[in-house]
Order: sequence, then structure tokens, then C-alpha cells
Amino acid sequence: MKIVVASGKGGTGKTTVSANLAYALAGRGGVTLVDCDVEEPNLHLFFPGEYEEEGVPVPVPAIDPERCTLCGECGHFCRYGALTVLKDRVLFFAELCHSCGGCTLVCPADAITEVGREVGVVTTSRPLPGLTLVSGVMHEGEVLAPKVVAAAKEAAGDTGRIVYDASPGVACPVIETLEGADFCILVTESTPFGLHDLDLAVRAAAALGVQAGVVINRSDGEDEAAVSFCQEHDLPVLMTIPFDREVAAVQNRGGLIARDLQGWEERFAGLWDEVARHCEVRA
Amino acid sequence: MIVCITAKGEGAEAAVEPRFGRAPYFVFADTEAGTFVSVKNELVDAAGGVGPRSAQLLVDHGATVLVTGQVGGNAATALKAAGIKVYTFGDAATVAQALEKYTQGGLSEIL
Ligand code: SF4
Ligand code: SF4
Repeated sequence: MKIVVASGKGGTGKTTVSANLAYALAGRGGVTLVDCDVEEPNLHLFFPGEYEEEGVPVPVPAIDPERCTLCGECGHFCRYGALTVLKDRVLFFAELCHSCGGCTLVCPADAITEVGREVGVVTTSRPLPGLTLVSGVMHEGEVLAPKVVAAAKEAAGDTGRIVYDASPGVACPVIETLEGADFCILVTESTPFGLHDLDLAVRAAAALGVQAGVVINRSDGEDEAAVSFCQEHDLPVLMTIPFDREVAAVQNRGGLIARDLQGWEERFAGLWDEVARHCEVRA
Repeated sequence: MIVCITAKGEGAEAAVEPRFGRAPYFVFADTEAGTFVSVKNELVDAAGGVGPRSAQLLVDHGATVLVTGQVGGNAATALKAAGIKVYTFGDAATVAQALEKYTQGGLSEIL
């Protein structure tokens, strides 16, 4: 079963939920945790350990100046501004290229070939018995986050229990993360302000045919707004994490409540069971 | 010589525009013929790469001088490689004023 942990925006505790859920599952038959927040991966901070690294290449054009007639076709075709055809040569801005392959197709002189360029890496580690951590890490200044997400998902395989930690918001990398998943846990805060962002995330999941449920984080016990939102949108509330001193203290020192606080490992294992139950209901 | 001036509108009397890649119009002044050709910038709302794409437009129109407010990094690389000189329009308010200042040598080169 493949599930995504997402949130409409940053700072809602999405990473907390992924990390604790993975910790609880590691001791219960194993799990693969995939950090798909490739611009700012941080799950390795919870699970340090030795890792193997593999590059993520994307195809970019290489222009043969012998063949190029400076006709300008490629520069006019590229909608990302990655190619500028000057009077004496073609300039290529690698970090603007989206690897669409179009320039190769339109070149009438066969002057363009595709070469690989590394835009990020995927690291794999086994920090705990039962836990495999796969992290996508995009190189600084790059734009192709979805390619790195796809590479991380591929490295994680698709057998067993897989938890994908999506990046905040609902941009392309999140869509790429949701693609092919069985369920999406949406983490929200118990304030009315987060609901607009949650709404966008709910729609993104629905558009991709991924069933969703909600975890309310930092609950002050007055979750009416979030709960009625969930009712309106037919979303199950899977778990509520209270805002209390003990929980906050563990999190502030970068700890895992499933490991450091009595009873929480069971509660996160229960979250998984709840998700599994909803997936079956649909199946 | 073709001088390109970034502008908010068409023609010699249009107000100058400080942004290069996202300027609403590019006015190409032919200093020998005394004519002005205005080209609407289709990229004002484009997501990215507007700098190099605008530079391409200048190359296509044969401009060798650009008068604008500021240019970004990639645009600067492309303009430099294309041998296009870039000047700020200073306190000139219209395209005609900017062009006059340029021809009198009253503008400072920024690239
Ligand atoms: S592959 Fe696509 S994005 Fe990259 S330079 Fe060619 S046309 Fe532009
Ligand atoms: S399309 Fe091909 S021949 Fe034309 S400018 Fe580009 S690389 Fe050169």
C-alpha cells in the first residue's frame, strides 16, 4: 500500500506525521519512507545513518556547431528561454531547460543531440531495522523537482508499505508524488486559516483519484472548523494530535513522539490501520 | 543602427519601462531612417526564461543597443554574448527622450 502525507501549506506538521508513522511501522513488519520534499528534504534528520547515493540525470540538448546553421528554430521553439540563437552560436541556459526534447525534434539540421545532466540525487539508507529511507535531493538552483520526485519513488519500488512525504503546497512536485498512490493523509492545523490550503490539497487528490483523510495537528480541543470542513467534503478525521507541553517538548528537540512518549507508537500504528481500512472500503 | 527601448506602450511618445523581460513593449528605433517599430511583448505573463527570450527578440530585430531600466542575470549573459550594449534610460520619461539622450551620449552603460 502506498500512501502520501501532504498538507496544503508548510509548517503544519506533515513531516512529524510521516516520521512517526514510519517509526511505528518499522517495528511492525517494515516500511519504506520516501522523502519527496526534494527542495528541502529533512526526514534524514530524524533518521540519521549511512546512505548510498545515485544521480538523477535529465536529458538536455547538446548542439554540434559544425552542423548548426543558426536558423533560429530551436530558440523560437523553446518556451522556457533555455536557448538563444545568436549570430555566431547558440547559447544554452541549462537551468532553464525543462527537458521537453522539443528542440531536438524541430532542428532541421540534425545538430542537436541529448546528453544527460544531473539535477539531483536519490539517497537510500537503512537507519533502523525495518525502515528504509529514500530521499530525493534536488541540486540548488534547479527547477525539475518532479523528475527528482519520480526518481525517488522509483528507487523506493512499489512493494510493501510505502509512505511518501510530499512537499508543502499543491505544486507540480506534489502532483507527481500523489500519482499512483492509494491514499493521501492531509495534515492540517486546527485553525480556520489552514482550511483554504487544505481545500486545494483535497481537490488535487480528488482530481488524481486518490482517496484522502485528515490528521488534525496541534489541536487545542476546539476543532469545529476543521471537523465541519471534513464533514462537508466527506473526509474521515483519522487522528487528532493535541497541542500539549509534552508533545511540543519532544518535537522541539527534534525527537519522535512515537519513540519518546508512552502510547504514541500504538496510536501511529492505529493511524495506518485506519488508512488501510479506508482503502479496503473503497476497493 | 537599431536601438531598442523598453516601453509601456507603442511609439516614440510612450513612457519608458524599467523592466526588460517583462516590458509591455519593445520599441525599435532605426537611427538612420528615423523610424520606430513597436513590438508587443508576448512574454509579460510567461512563467520563466523571459530574459533570454527577450534577448532573442532583440537579436531577431537586429538591435545592437538596448536602453532599459534593469536586466536580470540570464538576460545579461545572452545580451552580452550577442554583443548588444545596454544603457539605463536615467531620468528620460519617454522613448523619444531616451533615444535623444542616448544619441547625445548622455546615458550610462550598464552592461
Ligand atoms: S529540451 Fe525543451 S526546454 Fe530544453 S532547451 Fe530544448 S526546447 Fe528548451
Ligand atoms: S534549430 Fe538546429 S540548426 Fe537551427 S539554430 Fe537550433 S541547433 Fe542550429
